[in-house]
Amino acid sequence: MNDDPILSARGLTLFFGVIPALIDVDMDLWPGEILAIVGESGSGKTTLLNVLSGLLRPQSGIVSYRDPEGGTHDVHAMAAPLLRTLQRSGWGFVHQDPKRSLRMNVSAGGNVGERLMAQGARHYGDIRARALDWLTQVEIDADRIDDLPRTFSGGMLQRLQIARTLVTHPRLVFMDEPTGGLDVSVQARLLDLIRSLVARLGVAVVLVTHDIAVARLLGHRIAVMQRGHVVETGLTDQVLDDPRHPYTQLLVSSVLQA
Amino acid sequence: MKGYNFAYLDEQTKRMIRRALLKAVAIPGHQVPFGSREMPLPYGWGTGGIQVTASILGQNDTLKVIDQGADDTTNAVSIRHFFARTAGVATTTSTAKATVIQTRHRIPEETLRSDQIIVYQVPQPEPLSRLEPSRVETKRMHALADYGLMHVKLYEDVARLGQISISYDYPVLVNHRYLTSPSPIPAFDNPKMDRMPALQLFGAGREKRIYAIPPWTDVRSLDFDDHPFRPINAPQACGLCGAADSYKDEVVTDDRGGRMFVCSDTDHCERRRNDAA
Amino acid sequence: MAYVAVKGGERAIRNAHAWLAEERRGDPSVPDLGLDQIRQQLGRAVDRAMGEGSLYDPELAALAIKQAQGDLIEAAFLLRAFRTTLPRFAHSRAVDTARMRAARRISAIFKDLPGGQILGPTYDYTHRLLDFELAEDTLPPDAPRAAPDPSPMPRVPDILGREGLLEPDGATDAEPGDLTRDPLRFPAGRDVRLQALARGDEGFLLAMGYSTQRGYGGSHPFAGEVRMGEVSVEIEPPELGFAIDIGDLTVTECQMVNQFKGSKTQPPQFTRGYGLVFGFSERKAMSMALVDRAMRAEELGEDVTAPAQNVEFVLYHSDNIEATGFVEHLKLPHYVDFQSELQNVRRLREAVERREAAE
Repeated sequence: MNDDPILSARGLTLFFGVIPALIDVDMDLWPGEILAIVGESGSGKTTLLNVLSGLLRPQSGIVSYRDPEGGTHDVHAMAAPLLRTLQRSGWGFVHQDPKRSLRMNVSAGGNVGERLMAQGARHYGDIRARALDWLTQVEIDADRIDDLPRTFSGGMLQRLQIARTLVTHPRLVFMDEPTGGLDVSVQARLLDLIRSLVARLGVAVVLVTHDIAVARLLGHRIAVMQRGHVVETGLTDQVLDDPRHPYTQLLVSSVLQA
Repeated sequence: MKGYNFAYLDEQTKRMIRRALLKAVAIPGHQVPFGSREMPLPYGWGTGGIQVTASILGQNDTLKVIDQGADDTTNAVSIRHFFARTAGVATTTSTAKATVIQTRHRIPEETLRSDQIIVYQVPQPEPLSRLEPSRVETKRMHALADYGLMHVKLYEDVARLGQISISYDYPVLVNHRYLTSPSPIPAFDNPKMDRMPALQLFGAGREKRIYAIPPWTDVRSLDFDDHPFRPINAPQACGLCGAADSYKDEVVTDDRGGRMFVCSDTDHCERRRNDAA
Repeated sequence: MAYVAVKGGERAIRNAHAWLAEERRGDPSVPDLGLDQIRQQLGRAVDRAMGEGSLYDPELAALAIKQAQGDLIEAAFLLRAFRTTLPRFAHSRAVDTARMRAARRISAIFKDLPGGQILGPTYDYTHRLLDFELAEDTLPPDAPRAAPDPSPMPRVPDILGREGLLEPDGATDAEPGDLTRDPLRFPAGRDVRLQALARGDEGFLLAMGYSTQRGYGGSHPFAGEVRMGEVSVEIEPPELGFAIDIGDLTVTECQMVNQFKGSKTQPPQFTRGYGLVFGFSERKAMSMALVDRAMRAEELGEDVTAPAQNVEFVLYHSDNIEATGFVEHLKLPHYVDFQSELQNVRRLREAVERREAAE
């Protein structure tokens, strides 16, 4: 593992009107690491994800990304075409609602193949073979490859989104409540899948979740957010077993009670 | 014509269009917005091509106008008359003799030369329009060279039908950068655009866009390595001149399934018949 | 042979035009229609052709209507094509509708107001019964006349605006955009949007405006004021340094007053939609005002969900000259493309048949 972070943020601050969404947030993510950002809704965690991934510009602060060659880029100062290229190949997004990233009128194979074609793949047979391979990896039957996503269940849609995201072997993936809105049994299977795929590919992940159990299962490290501040950060087990900040204590105890 | 400027448009307008043309040539395949004027012919009838032709036409030019490859289709006749009347330039049906060729839906069979200009009439300059109706969105896609949507369309064709099913207005990548509409020419004509010695100008009046492909520019029809671009043409030879390699119209000769295939390029067909005679 | 017949040729066009001219004139024993008759007796048609043709010239509009056999979109098209060739000498100053010599002025939100309510020559309260007497050459009795009221007739928005109840007009000295010179670009400013609507098709605007009333992007409109009458057009030649009056236009103006909930930073206030059309064309002015307000949804922080709120959709489809050209161009020959499709479908069918035969 490399010593330099793949993604770093310093002093991120963003207000929506008078409401603080981020206040002086620092963050580092190392290659292959899963960082879980937890907090209740309104704590600023999704805003942080959007700022880190270049979708939302902070009022102050900087996000820098280190490319495979070791060059660093200020994410919010990058030329739009470069950022776009990064977002559609070197990076990935897994949204809570898979419909945000899937094309619902395009077959499952086409959805997975699109990212390969965006990277320049021009051999139909290869594209299809890799799409098929990824459908199998996310446990979607091979004979569904030409079906439209609208015939898929919620859990299948989420797995299809993951296949579409990981097919280009991104180095960095942003996940926003990837298991939100799914049944508990479906959630468990999906979490298992994410954990094994991410570990095998060595992807760095920023994972936003309100669910402490999800953070414990997937996260190497954890950052706890409250009203735009990161109030506590550290190794997941350490923070969850021995929370220091009163808000973390409250979060952990409410899970235990539930 | 009395009361009108040479070639109908006033000189200010022509200068504005020429500026757009220069920009278009400088960025091959990129759609340049221009202040398209109301013309005395309806939108969809070739107002874009007419404005481009009017702006580049000089008194010594010889103009050829074709529609569906033919010089004598009604719309070609009407546009040729328009310029004969408003510009008084020489007109011809001979591809070789023309200095400017305005076309709708075809490229002549005869290879064009570097001292010729071909002007295409374009109904819909945006190659992504059938996949994404918003121009705000497609403009962004062009800026970022984000053409995933078009690739997916080709993928879906092969997955569903075993082959790419676009037969005309077949999208091309110009100079390895811009996804471009070749106008509704049959895919058969696409290969002629690649490294063509003549300057290719495209005018879309209703959509108010001009674009260009400079001479000797790479023009690639989108495809897959293992499903290469295949031009479509009738397998039959021309029933009049016997040409096998020209694009054919299918003519229904009776109501019992009788068919005849003839060259769509009437000048080409006539020349071949004259040469044979 | 059939092949020869499909190639149109010059003679076919010549003959078609001759036939058209003959049909336009109709039975020569019936007197020819004079332009003065069209101007005088088909005024609403003249107004519509001028509005959609973007050229205020009743004489030319009458000619266009005659030439187009009463097809008003065709007439507007003739005016547009003529307009293109006209040199532009000057820009007028903004017309001041508060100084309109109004033939009609109504407000649906105040029972009475300075300047009063003037019904004018309206169909509003006529019973739509075919009047068979009109089939004969009859002269109506003189309409009663009164001396014009010299008192000022402030526009309703100015009355509401004094209290801050209605948003002010966006004051800007910037040169307004001009769609006839520059292509549409997005985001399109309100100046360009209003120009597009003023030139737009009455039927399209009516349908769009109506759709906002039926829940597709509604904004609770009130007809604050509709007025129609003559306004002066002034230009200010740079060499003179002062404005001179170059003539009068008849226009119809509509000020729609719409609900707005306000926000944390802004107190609740009425917003406005605006319509201004050449001639007497109340239906279009009101529709225009509804659509103008609908297209301001994004600016006012409302959700953009309905067709009338979609600026790109409305502006790209409101122009009937563009629309009619492109719809009707489908009748131009497409046999090259159709031939490609034919060969393509044959090829695809063969592939399926081959696959079936192999199985």
